[in-house]
Amino acid sequence: MQNWIDAYSWINIRFLLQGLWITILISVISVILSFIIGSVLGIIRYAKIPYLSRIIGFIIDVIRNLPLLLIIFFVYFGLPAFGFKPDTIPAAILAMTVFESMMIAEIIRSGINAVDIGQMEASRAMGMNLAQAMWHIVLPQAYKKMIPALVSQFISLIKDTSLATIIVVPELMQHGQVVYGQDPNYIIPVFVAMAIMYFVVCYALSLLSKFIDRRMA
Amino acid sequence: MKRLKYIVLVITSLLLVFSLTACGNQSLSSQNILENDKKSKTVTWGVKADTKLLGLIDVKDGQDKGFEIDLAKAITKKMLGKDAKAKFVTVTSQSRIPLLKNGNIDAIIATMTITPDRLKTIDFSDSYFDAGQSIMVKDNSPIKKVQDLNNRTIIGVVGSNSVQNVKKFAPKARVLQLPDYAQALTALKSGQGDALTTDNVILAGMAVKNPGYKLQGKAFTTEPYGIGINKGQPEFKAAVNKALKEVQADGTYNKLIIKWFGNVPGFNYKEVLRK
Amino acid sequence: MIHLLTSNWSAFISGFGWTLLSSILALFFSLIIGSLFAILEVVPNKALRIIGNVYVEIFRNIPLLVITMFFYLVIPLYIVKINGFTAGTIGLTIYTSAFIAETVRAGINSVDPGQMEAARSQGMTFWKAMRYIVLPQAFKYVIPPLGNQFVNLVKNSSVLAFVAGFDLMYQGNAIASQTFETVNTYVIVGIFYLIITLPISYYMQHLEKKLA
Repeated sequence: MQNWIDAYSWINIRFLLQGLWITILISVISVILSFIIGSVLGIIRYAKIPYLSRIIGFIIDVIRNLPLLLIIFFVYFGLPAFGFKPDTIPAAILAMTVFESMMIAEIIRSGINAVDIGQMEASRAMGMNLAQAMWHIVLPQAYKKMIPALVSQFISLIKDTSLATIIVVPELMQHGQVVYGQDPNYIIPVFVAMAIMYFVVCYALSLLSKFIDRRMA
Repeated sequence: MKRLKYIVLVITSLLLVFSLTACGNQSLSSQNILENDKKSKTVTWGVKADTKLLGLIDVKDGQDKGFEIDLAKAITKKMLGKDAKAKFVTVTSQSRIPLLKNGNIDAIIATMTITPDRLKTIDFSDSYFDAGQSIMVKDNSPIKKVQDLNNRTIIGVVGSNSVQNVKKFAPKARVLQLPDYAQALTALKSGQGDALTTDNVILAGMAVKNPGYKLQGKAFTTEPYGIGINKGQPEFKAAVNKALKEVQADGTYNKLIIKWFGNVPGFNYKEVLRK
Repeated sequence: MIHLLTSNWSAFISGFGWTLLSSILALFFSLIIGSLFAILEVVPNKALRIIGNVYVEIFRNIPLLVITMFFYLVIPLYIVKINGFTAGTIGLTIYTSAFIAETVRAGINSVDPGQMEAARSQGMTFWKAMRYIVLPQAFKYVIPPLGNQFVNLVKNSSVLAFVAGFDLMYQGNAIASQTFETVNTYVIVGIFYLIITLPISYYMQHLEKKLA
């Protein structure tokens, strides 16, 4: 028999919520960092700067096409060779940021591509330089178009933090495993609680995205 | 065709970059870990978080608790003085050796057996606990001893030497390796395997909260647990060994054994007491 | 690194095979299930639409790892014994099907609604019109995003490592912890993944450019 009452004792729920907090913390920091880095990389790739754009394109494609789990291992086990030894939470943030930056770079690049080339040419003809045209004309429109894709990437990021349990990051999945590790009869209640917590956060975000999308349209 | 060339180019350049990075891992041996720890008054230990009685996270306060945690604290104090601190980093059987070699942690005290294979890459202190590998099965299981596991499925944990040992005793057993002990135990209960194998002391801890499951048969190996230390750190190793001897001599060790194992059914704590 | 590869060749290759098999199976079944729920989301019947919506929203907003672990640990406890490979592949299928449903639905919506109306006025039933008129056009539109879903699937199949699914990542973990050559092992594992994912992803970029 599954023991729902004891499984949902305040002590267990609080422990799960602490995990959820770490999940959110990792996700928010990583999404901000990867938005910035991803934008820069995406613009560089779009701008077709000789060599640089090609090389960055390579790196983006390679990292994008690897499982996130591998990136987590590389950051946690591989980076210390360069003298940087992150704890589990910073390691998770770093791994998520590296991975998500590449995903976002691709979204940004295709978003810019989707803005009519004529607009870029028109602004250049008006005497704006590339950076000005980018900043004032192209990017605002591109970002507007990209909002749904960016939000769904953010939702993926939140869900993907669960993989960090492999290096014992104290996030929601890890804390869930600790709770059902205590007692075999907690397993279903814990899975239900974890699923609800992830769902509430991710679904709220997707509703928000739909709302913004409608307001902007 | 052009595209194919492009892909081959990407993969080879990647290979190059990564093999270069993989070679840069030598800087640690030039540091003296004992000196660093003396300055910071802290020893950073890699410990388990999923192993009842030895190192387990307590959901009440999020603290790691167990015999190894207490022993690490005692050893730290003997090494660096009463005001020294033990810092804990949670590891799994899979992550502990990479983390030690990388220098994230100074030492491993995480149910790790001293084995010839591991001695090739890291050093060990003297043994601090004598465990033995055993199996856990359902109460009514037909499996009486490890040899019965031939043609059956047995669950172990990635990175533990139990999964390699069991193949010596039951060469035809199918082995499943899961990420940690909490998952392994849950998988056993879900019927993913016929038995779970690891050290008797870990299994005894699991059996406490899991009626219907028991340790089966005698331990079929001896598993002396050692504190894992990086190679090229003789001072640190000597300090750990000296502290370990002192902890045993002044009775702290036996007190901790009784505190954690004094009341565990199926585990005779008197066998592991030390003079 | 070459030595690491040759001395563990059979483990790497079998892992590669299981990863590929799991991804292909999951793609096949999630295409079927995903298309089904996509159609449910656009049918005239409101109850069916709600069912379609609920399915998609639930599985899009819960981590793949939670779904997979649930199938590995909970389902065998009460319903049916399934091993890690099966549990992992089912988890992948369900998770991916929710995304495919969204992609296919967008494809259906992009087909001019006038076509559906015309087909209906010719006396076709809703299902017939869907099957013969709308879906064939929708699928043309969804092929590039489906390719990207397949790349995601291959990458996501690494969750099989959590449930002893014998895939590439599982073999990598085992080899890394036996040889203690952690980074090198994962580099090899990464190259094996890239062998599958890079060509597909380049081909899809190429296709997108051609269609645009």
